[in-house]
Amino acid sequence: MAEYKWPDADKRTFIGKRISRIDGPQKVSGRAKYSFDINRPGMLFGRIVRSPHAHARVKSIDTSAAESMPGVKAIHVMAEPGKPTAELNWVGASVVALAAVDEPTAEDAMRAIKVEYEVLPHLVVDTDPKMAGEYARPANENKLGDPDKGFSEAEVTVEGMYGLPVITHCCLEPHGSVMEWEGDQNVLAHLSTQAVTPSVAAIARPLEIPATNVRVQQDHVGGGFGSKFGPDEWDITAARLSKKAGGKPVKMFNDREAELMVAGARPSAYARVKVGLKKDGTITAWESQSWASGGLGSGGSPPLPYIFNIPNQRRQHTAIVNHIGSARAWRAPSHPQGCAITMAALEDAAAAIGMDPHDFFLKNIEMTGQRARIYEDEMKIAADLIGWKSNWHPRGDEGAGPVKRGLGLSIHTWGGQGHPSDCDLIIQPDGSVELKMGTQDLGTGTRTALNIVVADTLGLPMDKVKISIGDSRFPPSQGSGGSTTIGGVSASSRRASLDALDQIFAKAAPALDAKPEDLEAAGGVIRVKSNPAKSLTWAQACSKLGVTPITVRGKNPGPGKLTDQGVGGVQMADVSVDIETGIVRINKIVAVQDCGLIIDLKTAESQVYGALIMGVCYALYEEKIMDAKTGRMLNPNMEFYKLAGIGDIGDLVVHMMTGKGYDERGVIGLGEPPVVSPGAVISNAVANAIGVRVPTLPLTPDRVLAALEQKGGK
Amino acid sequence: MQDDDDLKEKGSGLSRRSFLKVSGISLSVPLVIGHRVIKVAGADVKVYGPAKVPIQLTINGKTSTVNVEPRVTLLDALRNDLDITGAKRVCDRATCGACTMIVDGKPVYSCSVLAIEAQGKQITTVEGLLQGDKLHPIQQAFIDNDAQQCGFCTPGFVVASKAFLDKNPSPTADQIKEGLGGNLCRCGTYMGVRAAVAQTAQKGGPRNG
Amino acid sequence: MRGFEYANPTTKEQAVALLGSSWGDAEVLAGGTDLLSLMKDDVVHPKRLVNIKDIAEFGGIRSSKSGLRIGATVTIQELIDNAQVAREYPALVGAARGITSPQLRSRGTVGGDLTQRPRCWYYRAGFGLLARANPSEEGGESLVLHGDNRYHAILGNSGPAYFVNPSSLAPALIAYGASVRVYGSKGSRDVAAEKFFVLPQSDNDREYDLKPGEIVTEIIVPAQAGVKSATYEVRQKEALDWPLAAASVALKVSGGKVTSARIVMGHVAPTPWRAAAAEQALAGKTINEQVAQAAGEAAVSGAKSLGRNAYKIQLARVAVKRAILEAARGGAR
Repeated sequence: MAEYKWPDADKRTFIGKRISRIDGPQKVSGRAKYSFDINRPGMLFGRIVRSPHAHARVKSIDTSAAESMPGVKAIHVMAEPGKPTAELNWVGASVVALAAVDEPTAEDAMRAIKVEYEVLPHLVVDTDPKMAGEYARPANENKLGDPDKGFSEAEVTVEGMYGLPVITHCCLEPHGSVMEWEGDQNVLAHLSTQAVTPSVAAIARPLEIPATNVRVQQDHVGGGFGSKFGPDEWDITAARLSKKAGGKPVKMFNDREAELMVAGARPSAYARVKVGLKKDGTITAWESQSWASGGLGSGGSPPLPYIFNIPNQRRQHTAIVNHIGSARAWRAPSHPQGCAITMAALEDAAAAIGMDPHDFFLKNIEMTGQRARIYEDEMKIAADLIGWKSNWHPRGDEGAGPVKRGLGLSIHTWGGQGHPSDCDLIIQPDGSVELKMGTQDLGTGTRTALNIVVADTLGLPMDKVKISIGDSRFPPSQGSGGSTTIGGVSASSRRASLDALDQIFAKAAPALDAKPEDLEAAGGVIRVKSNPAKSLTWAQACSKLGVTPITVRGKNPGPGKLTDQGVGGVQMADVSVDIETGIVRINKIVAVQDCGLIIDLKTAESQVYGALIMGVCYALYEEKIMDAKTGRMLNPNMEFYKLAGIGDIGDLVVHMMTGKGYDERGVIGLGEPPVVSPGAVISNAVANAIGVRVPTLPLTPDRVLAALEQKGGK
Repeated sequence: MQDDDDLKEKGSGLSRRSFLKVSGISLSVPLVIGHRVIKVAGADVKVYGPAKVPIQLTINGKTSTVNVEPRVTLLDALRNDLDITGAKRVCDRATCGACTMIVDGKPVYSCSVLAIEAQGKQITTVEGLLQGDKLHPIQQAFIDNDAQQCGFCTPGFVVASKAFLDKNPSPTADQIKEGLGGNLCRCGTYMGVRAAVAQTAQKGGPRNG
Repeated sequence: MRGFEYANPTTKEQAVALLGSSWGDAEVLAGGTDLLSLMKDDVVHPKRLVNIKDIAEFGGIRSSKSGLRIGATVTIQELIDNAQVAREYPALVGAARGITSPQLRSRGTVGGDLTQRPRCWYYRAGFGLLARANPSEEGGESLVLHGDNRYHAILGNSGPAYFVNPSSLAPALIAYGASVRVYGSKGSRDVAAEKFFVLPQSDNDREYDLKPGEIVTEIIVPAQAGVKSATYEVRQKEALDWPLAAASVALKVSGGKVTSARIVMGHVAPTPWRAAAAEQALAGKTINEQVAQAAGEAAVSGAKSLGRNAYKIQLARVAVKRAILEAARGGAR
């Protein structure tokens, strides 16, 4: 029986090294096919007529003109007058779908459909809970310890208001699919998804066919970030249109406007916070009144206070339900909001007593619980990398000229335990190897990680292992969310590879005149541990299988400790603020992050770089801007829904905590944690630079100048 | 100078005025393949569409014909009619760069070029940077420096980088930032892109400072 | 996008004949970077597009002792790459360089920059140029006034239009005293660039002085002997982004004193905005930080916030100040 553990450092060929992603050549050459790129014979193009009103009821729909157009092959009413679906709750809500022979025809047909609406009252703004009226849903107050006592013990009390608006996912590949029927019982779905395996049931259910009759395929996905966990209503609709059109494939993808309006939003979060502390920096009490909106569902309440388990707390949260489109999970759900609010409030508290926030955080680090030592280690490294001790100054850069410089810091956590994930490892008698798994590669490098684990375990070059993912016919693997993928797929594939090796060893042992347990796989051979000269090539060993390949099922969870959860990260930012224009420029951001054993250092670092950049975007630019009167999103395009470009991110430095103390924990997910802190570090750095807190993100010139004005001239 | 006679169409008997009265919907139905000739300002001028017309495109050195309406963009003609899908449709409004192609040596947003305008021009897409199966140095550099995550912006970035390096063989770091300011990435691959472009510049032509 | 027919004239006479006589019949297609977006958003839906890129005389940059002649279809990149323009007209090239996308630069044209439509998000969402809740209703209050006007006008904003003119090049061209040559069925006419931009009174008006069937054919820029000039744009992003405020300045300095100044702001009003008060503030002065600051103050003395855009007053003030300082630093030709 194999021992299910990761190889020791000196036995790793690929694990933990910087390995280029194996699908890189496809991606850089345009050969990688995303679901949006799928063209099928006879394919029709789907379009959806969407609500121009934030809240309305469909009174009537006239599709007759569209139906009579020769190129229109199917029409499906999604919001049926007289039925509950007729009530539309955001601008962009689906009303009628159609499929036509080409995109121009589909667009003309959309314009030919006449819809009458009864307009209902709406709410789309969330900056003031008092304005929300009946849409505000206050929850009960939460208490921890004795907040009154905590504040009475405090020598200083600091109050502030902090917030982050709703932002959208803005996946570059929009949500959508190519749906087709094979006969009248089987559906082939080319879906753009973070969840290949789970999508099968979600497609079968509304179509009322057995899940066994649905196949989901996806080679590559152009971004998800938490917003692509299932088929959307428009995907199901595409399947319905396909059926109406005799099974012809229907391609239905959001245009950019719809993508930004309806395909996902990260809930806002705002809070009035009071922090009580002693002059030596000890935090004694926390009080917060928070509110958030995430569409008609609850946006969830941000974890406040974040990470620091302040002994005495009073918290109250109000959910605002409104007509902005539904919230979806957005990379580390609720953590960026909780972090930005908490770390800003704590940094303000440190500033109020004239304490360096670096020292202030360390002073209270025990409140972070079991990861206190990790944070301490990471703080040291981050401080060195950014030159904290030499570059930090008390609030307000006193230097001459309009450009002020400042430093900020923040810490964060995340779980990241590996998810349930099965795989089949197939070894052919000719020595060829294939791993099949119903997972997906969001661009995190899942394919590459699987290849590394299998090749490293079997002692083979990476190109001798074929990795097949992105098909629901492969063994089930959960959706990629919550940083659960790498732990799940690496553990599962490691177990399968170890089990397969056992079988190969058993077959090869007689030929090597050794016991199976005395063998090892390395450098493309199966050899005797004590006498490496005694060996069979991999192909010779596999030929002992005779004519039957072996198939080994790998599973997670399973025996052995291959994955763990709970990480900590520290980030520090160095920014410049032009106080005459309010423009913030990033000079440098340092991210120090642990994630247990790293499978591929190159793609792991890329995850962190990417998270920092996404963080710069939401710290400085991103905001789903809603018009109170019309209920419209005003910036459903990439001109005014601003994202950072290549010149806007400064210099980024990533330091991964690896080696002793980290590797032995096993593999832990990395997608979420580094995206938690950037809003906080940039906000804190700006406050340090200009001497005043800019209360809400994004830190746009209007907000920065308003904060400066309130501070009073200087 | 024009007068009403100038606006009379040759051959068709339809006057321009009556054509303009035709409703939007029937305009879009593919009725005719080809063009009309109308006499304006004393010259014969071809007018194409609104129905489908044959359009010849020279893509990566190969000429293909598509039958599309004049309103079809270069990007959509390639993606929908020729199955050349490397260039992506993301913003569709000349902002994000995912659709970048090189047309007659210049980088363009192909979402904002009509297919019919691109006739007779040399069009290079990301697929055309390959020499056989061999990756172009900039493509290899994108892999080496992991300048890609989900990869959806990558083809546009690769093409924009190629066009940039053709014009600026030895760029400074600041020139790289300015020269690739027309492309957006959501996963956050800019550090890799910077390194990839810098690597290719060093490997490529002479550095003349 | 709705269907249209497409024509490819090779002379300006053909082009004008193809354009028709009312807005909505046809649109001029040059770089297409704005027009096709407007058509995709169904904000404009011409029945014909007239591509003017094959009209040879609309291209090319010619420089002479008397000045510069820039064809309407000259691209932003051609402007930037022209060494003489870069040397002698730094405010113009500075403005062109603010378009930080090589793709837009290589496609977008000078004529298109001047005649692109406003980026006002109410206009782009189909509420009409004047952004009224019900576009079909005459009169009625603009959505801009009670809506989100963070990017709207701070000057010339007493209505009925509240958008900002989006042109990158116009402030510099006006500062240089350029004129716009227009061709139509009645022949050519020259319009001072300063007069080319007008305040629309209805949704069907254009925000520039072109009648249906007219085309911008070229821009004439007088020689700028002894002129120091610069453009300063306040943009939030380094990557492609619209300026929040901009200023172009052209100065003549003699004996260390300003003898003439032309200062034009962009992205602050429905038209490029000549800052006469700022020009007066510089007259006879030696440029320094205080003088430039005072001119910035003067430039925004008539500015008013619509509610969410007060910060733009400060940005305009700074843009003017910095453009003056940059111009003063630059060498005169």
